[in-house]
Amino acid sequence: MNEQAINKDLKIVSFKGGVHPQKDGKILSKKASIQTAPLLERYQVIVSQNIGAPPKVVVSAGDEVKKGQLLAEAAGFVSVPLHSPTSGKVEGLVDIPGPMGVMTQAISILADGKDEWTELSVSIDWRNSDADTLKKRIMECGIVGMGGAAFPSHVKLSPPPDKKVDYMIINGAECEPYLTADHRVMLEEPEKVLEGAAILGRAAGVKNVVVAVEINKVDAINAMMEKAAQFNVGIVGMKVQYPQGAEKQLIYAVTRRKVPTGALPADVGCIVQNAGTAAAVAEAVNAGIPLIERVTTITGEPVVNPGNWRLRLGTPISEALKLCGGVKCEPGKLILGGPMMGFAQRSTGVSVMKNTSGILLLDKSDVTQYESSPCIRCGRCLEACPMNLQPSALSQLAEAGQYENALKYNVMDCIECGACAFACPAHRPLVQHIRRLKAEIRNRTKKEIKK
Amino acid sequence: MSEEIKKEIMLPKGEELVLSSSPHIHVTENIQSIMLKVVLAMLPALAAAIWFFGIPALLVIFWCVLFCLVLEIIWCRIAGKPASVVKDGSALVTGLLLAMNLPPVTAWWVCLLGALLAIWLGKQVFGGLGQNPFNPAAVARVGLLIALPRQLTYWIPSSGMTADAANYSEVFYAAADFTKIEQAGQVIDGITCATPLSIAQNTPKILDSGVAAADNFAAIANPESYWQYFIGNMGGSLGETSTLAILIGGIILLSFKLIRWQIPLFYLGTVAVFTGLIHLIWPGVTPPPLFHLLTGGLMLAAFFMATDMVTSPITGRGAAIFGIGLGVMTCVIRIWGGFPEGVSFSILLMNALVPLIERMAKLKPFGFRKPTPAKGA
Ligand code: SF4
Ligand code: SF4
Repeated sequence: MNEQAINKDLKIVSFKGGVHPQKDGKILSKKASIQTAPLLERYQVIVSQNIGAPPKVVVSAGDEVKKGQLLAEAAGFVSVPLHSPTSGKVEGLVDIPGPMGVMTQAISILADGKDEWTELSVSIDWRNSDADTLKKRIMECGIVGMGGAAFPSHVKLSPPPDKKVDYMIINGAECEPYLTADHRVMLEEPEKVLEGAAILGRAAGVKNVVVAVEINKVDAINAMMEKAAQFNVGIVGMKVQYPQGAEKQLIYAVTRRKVPTGALPADVGCIVQNAGTAAAVAEAVNAGIPLIERVTTITGEPVVNPGNWRLRLGTPISEALKLCGGVKCEPGKLILGGPMMGFAQRSTGVSVMKNTSGILLLDKSDVTQYESSPCIRCGRCLEACPMNLQPSALSQLAEAGQYENALKYNVMDCIECGACAFACPAHRPLVQHIRRLKAEIRNRTKKEIKK
Repeated sequence: MSEEIKKEIMLPKGEELVLSSSPHIHVTENIQSIMLKVVLAMLPALAAAIWFFGIPALLVIFWCVLFCLVLEIIWCRIAGKPASVVKDGSALVTGLLLAMNLPPVTAWWVCLLGALLAIWLGKQVFGGLGQNPFNPAAVARVGLLIALPRQLTYWIPSSGMTADAANYSEVFYAAADFTKIEQAGQVIDGITCATPLSIAQNTPKILDSGVAAADNFAAIANPESYWQYFIGNMGGSLGETSTLAILIGGIILLSFKLIRWQIPLFYLGTVAVFTGLIHLIWPGVTPPPLFHLLTGGLMLAAFFMATDMVTSPITGRGAAIFGIGLGVMTCVIRIWGGFPEGVSFSILLMNALVPLIERMAKLKPFGFRKPTPAKGA
């Protein structure tokens, strides 16, 4: 029961701004050890799982596949392959509900129950291997950012040659309320995360590798600190503040470097990778295991037994919820990801993907539809904004349709973290307005280019 | 057996799930809770008013709140807005603030007029809470001061709680009729119709720097009088006299982040520096800075009026500019203007400048860099 004390040597950093949700919901699942889900009869693996080009499907109906066998191959540089979560027969391509509310293509696999591995690539002695070999392996194993964006990891590891990168930051902030998957991975498999971090550092050719963790995960920090020296990896603590794990904020917290407007982390010499991703990298390099399963937090007040589960890609949300005993009462919202940036779903037919960090159910009482009222100019949103924008002004410009003016208020710098909308006492849909502005501005510039 | 268990597992039904974009959780704070916290911060000053000015002050508070709430409801009915907006508490805040800006003995119809100016002219004609450019209570105070200068500068001495009860009831019943108040006023012992600021204004100015100049304000600016001003034992508007009570309220406002700290800091700081310089050069023209800080409506304005979220700049830098502007204007009016007090005028003037200030004081985004001319092309 007793919480561990924070190590005195731990450096604690933060960014400026942000919010701290009082009720962060982590208590529901942070003590629950990772459990492995039993084998299902059928998996429906969504094809388009990564940012960039969706991979090209290389199997067809009737094919026998083994666990870990290639299902779809990378289609270009910004793309990663997809592998089979188990052994069995490909039933064909089906349309299932996608995470963005539209139907999406999935490969349906009927499990044969044997769960036989395909022949995996050999282990790489990463300490004596060159960066390209490591990057190639990371790509071949289909690894993407598992925190949410699903950006192919090997692309991040290959910045343009004119950028000198000297920092590898492993993002263990897990600043989204309710989510505890990364927390459990860092606590239960500290060596895997640290080794993955070291491998990522080597693949990027940098010496400074740090894992940055919010200090509400003291047990995980302590577990990693014990072993960190072994891998030459540093551990940094961060204040519990949302969005501490947002890329630019994380880089600033750890290195005090500011990623300039419109620039990439590599412009200030940094690469950020997620903690879960690091663990997956360690498995890929050491054992040749492709990314076919991940740890996901299944939680929320309506869930009977909230917990952290190792789920295979293609596991339908309904099956995942059954593992937790289902729900106690009819929930008001089903969210993939966390409550601040996750996506609300209408169907439990969506399946687990590489970036499904959480399956969250919110109670009906927590999703009352607030009436929004005019801005009282309290300034809460300005204080909350990690990018130092003026969301109140942007929202009014959105209502007035003044896109040109919105640019003067730097609307394109918004990272859509939602901190402003969270903090607004008038319950104004601030980030929703800003998203609309950004989309409209992008459309217009596209049209202009076409002209 | 296992079949049975499986059946018992309940899963969410798709139809009832709400689809909306992130964030999916919100703070519990809302406009009503913000307004109630503002009311909490006003309580010390209101209590001080009742302590020093007695039942008449309580009556003024009652009328102001009542009229503001009623007028808000009437407007909402007419404009077809849900009358539930009254629940946001902003009319209550305006009512209390209006009372704090009126003399401790004010007739009910003056309160009604003030409420009309504040709620209808100051707020609702612009579209309601959040849309009004001017501070409603300042609109009312200035409007009344111009329309009814005599009623608005009728001060009673601050001995309410200790005054004898008979005199009270005189004032109490007379409050409906201004001439009767004046007569009733004669009954109360030691009535003065002056505030420290009006005495300062009526003191002949001495421009040279002799001994006489240095002593010019000695009667109203000495350590003993400062103490009385600080606790609030002086003539003045109902809620503005007790610096002590206002400071307690100010701490509440600051700790709940209901005001931008730059406004009181730069407002009071500017007044102190400005009057300090003038006093240093011509001690016979204006009393020392401490006198200015402790008297009149400055403290009330610096913490409760100028800081109104809706009508002050939203960025920290903007709030600082706003505070400095207020300070300069208040001093100019106090020292050289035709009125003894200038805070309400200053607030209205600076309110009008807020859009301009905000354009000057836009925030720079994180990682801002000066736009460089595009390469190539
Ligand atoms: S938090 Fe809401 S009410 Fe406050 S300034 Fe921002 S938009 Fe306006
Ligand atoms: S404006 Fe954008 S970056 Fe700022 S708090 Fe809102 S969503 Fe986050």
